[in-house]
Amino acid sequence: MTRRAFLPVLVVVGALACVPLVVHSDVVLNFLVTALLLTLAGQGWNLLGGYGGQYSFGHAAFFGTGAYATAILQTRYGLNAWPAFTFGIAAGAGVGAAIGALTFPSGLRGSYFALVTLAFAEVLRILASVAPVTGAGVGILVKLDPGIHALQFSSRAASYWFILSLVAAALVVNRLIEGSRFGAWLVAVREGEAAAQALGVDPTRVKLTAMTASAALTAAAGCFYVQYFLFIDAPIAYGPWISVEALLASIIGGVGTVFGPLLGALMVKTLGEAAKLVTGDAPGLDLMLYGIVLIVVVWIAPRGVAGIGERCRAWFARGSLGAGDTAA
Amino acid sequence: MQLSILFPAVVNGILNGALYALIAFGLTLVYGVLHIINFAHGTLLTAALFAAFFLYRSLGLDPYVALLLLTPAFFLIGYALQRFVIGPVSRGSDSNILLVTLGLAVIIENGLLFAFRGDTRTVDLPYSFAVVPFAGLFISVPRLVGFAGAVVVALLLWLLLTLTDTGKAIRAVAKEKLGAQLSGIDVAHIYALTFGLGTACVAVAACLLIPTYYVNPHVGNAFVLIAFTTVVLGGMGSILGALIGGLFVGLVESVCGLYLGESLGQIGIFTMFILVLLLRPSGLLGARA
Amino acid sequence: MTSPILAVENLSKRFGGLYAVREASLTVEAGSITAVIGPNGAGKTTLFALIAGFEKPDHGRILYENADITGESAHRLARRGIARTFQIVQPFAGLSVLENIAVGAHLHVAQRAAALEAAAEVAKRLGLEKVLNQPAATLTLAGRKRLELARALATSPKLLLLDEVLAGLNPSEIRDMLPVIRSIRERGVTILMIEHVMQAVMSLAEQVDVLVEGRVVARGTPAEVAVNPQVIEAYLGHGAAARLAGGAHA
Repeated sequence: MTRRAFLPVLVVVGALACVPLVVHSDVVLNFLVTALLLTLAGQGWNLLGGYGGQYSFGHAAFFGTGAYATAILQTRYGLNAWPAFTFGIAAGAGVGAAIGALTFPSGLRGSYFALVTLAFAEVLRILASVAPVTGAGVGILVKLDPGIHALQFSSRAASYWFILSLVAAALVVNRLIEGSRFGAWLVAVREGEAAAQALGVDPTRVKLTAMTASAALTAAAGCFYVQYFLFIDAPIAYGPWISVEALLASIIGGVGTVFGPLLGALMVKTLGEAAKLVTGDAPGLDLMLYGIVLIVVVWIAPRGVAGIGERCRAWFARGSLGAGDTAA
Repeated sequence: MQLSILFPAVVNGILNGALYALIAFGLTLVYGVLHIINFAHGTLLTAALFAAFFLYRSLGLDPYVALLLLTPAFFLIGYALQRFVIGPVSRGSDSNILLVTLGLAVIIENGLLFAFRGDTRTVDLPYSFAVVPFAGLFISVPRLVGFAGAVVVALLLWLLLTLTDTGKAIRAVAKEKLGAQLSGIDVAHIYALTFGLGTACVAVAACLLIPTYYVNPHVGNAFVLIAFTTVVLGGMGSILGALIGGLFVGLVESVCGLYLGESLGQIGIFTMFILVLLLRPSGLLGARA
Repeated sequence: MTSPILAVENLSKRFGGLYAVREASLTVEAGSITAVIGPNGAGKTTLFALIAGFEKPDHGRILYENADITGESAHRLARRGIARTFQIVQPFAGLSVLENIAVGAHLHVAQRAAALEAAAEVAKRLGLEKVLNQPAATLTLAGRKRLELARALATSPKLLLLDEVLAGLNPSEIRDMLPVIRSIRERGVTILMIEHVMQAVMSLAEQVDVLVEGRVVARGTPAEVAVNPQVIEAYLGHGAAARLAGGAHA
């Protein structure tokens, strides 16, 4: 792949990296950290949903697994944060592979796939709310131990750079996939599974690979959540909020695009903050707004913000060509 | 397992199951005709529960009376939702419909949360705890009424679908939309009508549930997957299937609850749901999904 | 005599109570253009679906290059060199023409750049070079048919199954398509085609198999098949053969 393909990623990441140098407000940095956390979760969803066309309503299953694995390995087994973090990602990916291995060979897709993923997330949530290993109803508190050895950062800027590095890695992976054979196969499966099969694409294997990678990314977001907030419980880990927000970020920002989740996450979080400004911390308003935005986006701009950008570009291009030449 | 412990659990399960079936009727009807999975179904139940609750609180209206008000009201709400929101916004695309119903679910649930906070409320009626002796057990009267209600609704739906012209139009659209359109049936209207019927069923279920159940914005969630399991088990689009499926699910939950404790009883249901979805031969899964 | 590249032996497929394909047998010689014709509902597309691995037969065998491929999945068969087009064209609507073809090229080429290059070459052979970057959804029907062909060709197949590739085209578009199909055969690809457009069958095919109600009832050159009484009756009804004088001319 040409180096030019990564230029936009480098520019964006570079610009974002400079932010803590000019912004010193902890409130703003915290906002950005949560936005990047959502970006990472959304990047995971986007890989399977945007590129692969398989809409999951249960990505919380991977977020929560990553989070709990990281927390449990540190608090119960005294494992160092870094390997715990890595294991968390692997655990999330494993759950993704397991769910995929169960659902894809059966040919489940569309609404049924969404339903099954929802069911799996719910099962995990119920289990986590009663099992002793996850702290049951109380949850798990990770001991405060600021320092890079424990993957905890005393300065917001450092946390920001850490999550940014994860997001950057995901952006690179995303770009790599876009320019690879796997990526071509993935979107082919999305656009027409039968036609793809006729061209030698194995839909089950492609979807399974996408699901595993997707789960790994969202699990990483879960692992980061634990390291940043130092607390996890069942409704946070496996609750519908993260499934909805990750999905929403990708759709608003632009499904199947590299920067979609980033744009979308920023917008979703901004919306949430705006809602809080208007009505204080009343629970439910932010999600309700998200629901409204989701419907509006589906109605007006199904390809999200990035889609609007594309449409503008296409409109300009067509204008400059004069009468379009479409016959072959 | 002693019969004296199993038997009440079985009876309990069947009584619960009837209500699950009632909730599932709307879902299976909507799937059978519109071929969409309505993710907002559970939240519509929550909304109906809140409506029944507030009618009782503010007007002192007995839920069984409120039923007469809420059923047509929710029919209209459902009709409007499909006709003016879901239909136009999704423009027929499967993935859009998915997202729109999810969006509606999120809006309704969190709207209720925002408006009424998350506290759990209950309705205390003079007959909430009335019991009636049966085969050595004491059966809760409201639960029994719920059971009867479910059977009555199933019967009414069946009569509507088989004997009335509207019912025939609904079945025509379910089987062959294009042909129905060509025969002059207004498909958008039928879609909205069916959706309205589904929502009306949910309103009935809410009024029958409320004497013995609690109300909070997350209740719908608890019922959503149960309703889905019921529908998938009984066969998408089949009212009788939903009835039998509901009873079966109620049984499984009750018996599982005996062995695993109440909160894990739900796991039995979800596991069953996942298994059914995975093991059903692909031919029965329905082309649109 | 070399063995045929494809041999279908007593293939049967039921859907519920109905036999779509009933004990159908045919062979296809390597490097030939063979046509499968028959009235609507005869089972031609089902036959293709069985050969290409989209359906599993209930009875019978399919031999490809002397190997038993019965029941193998579609993507595996594509790797073996069997490609197909669909009766109702299925372009990847959200992708450009070039990207569409590249998916086919990727079967043998892992590198993106190389696949795009190979795709551009195939596109040129099929006259699509002017629309490479257009979204596939904007093509006319004729364009989409060419795209469908290009995509299948990009997989470097040895056997190409064309399912009514001329359906829906106007006469001049058909005239333009015939040499394209011939040129595909010139490059060594065996073609098995379902066709209703008799003009194409007559001018292209060396061998014609006639499928009626799931069975192969006649086999021969186009001229032979055209005067076969059973074939005439299948299309024109009972007694038609007797009523017609001379050869049938489409």
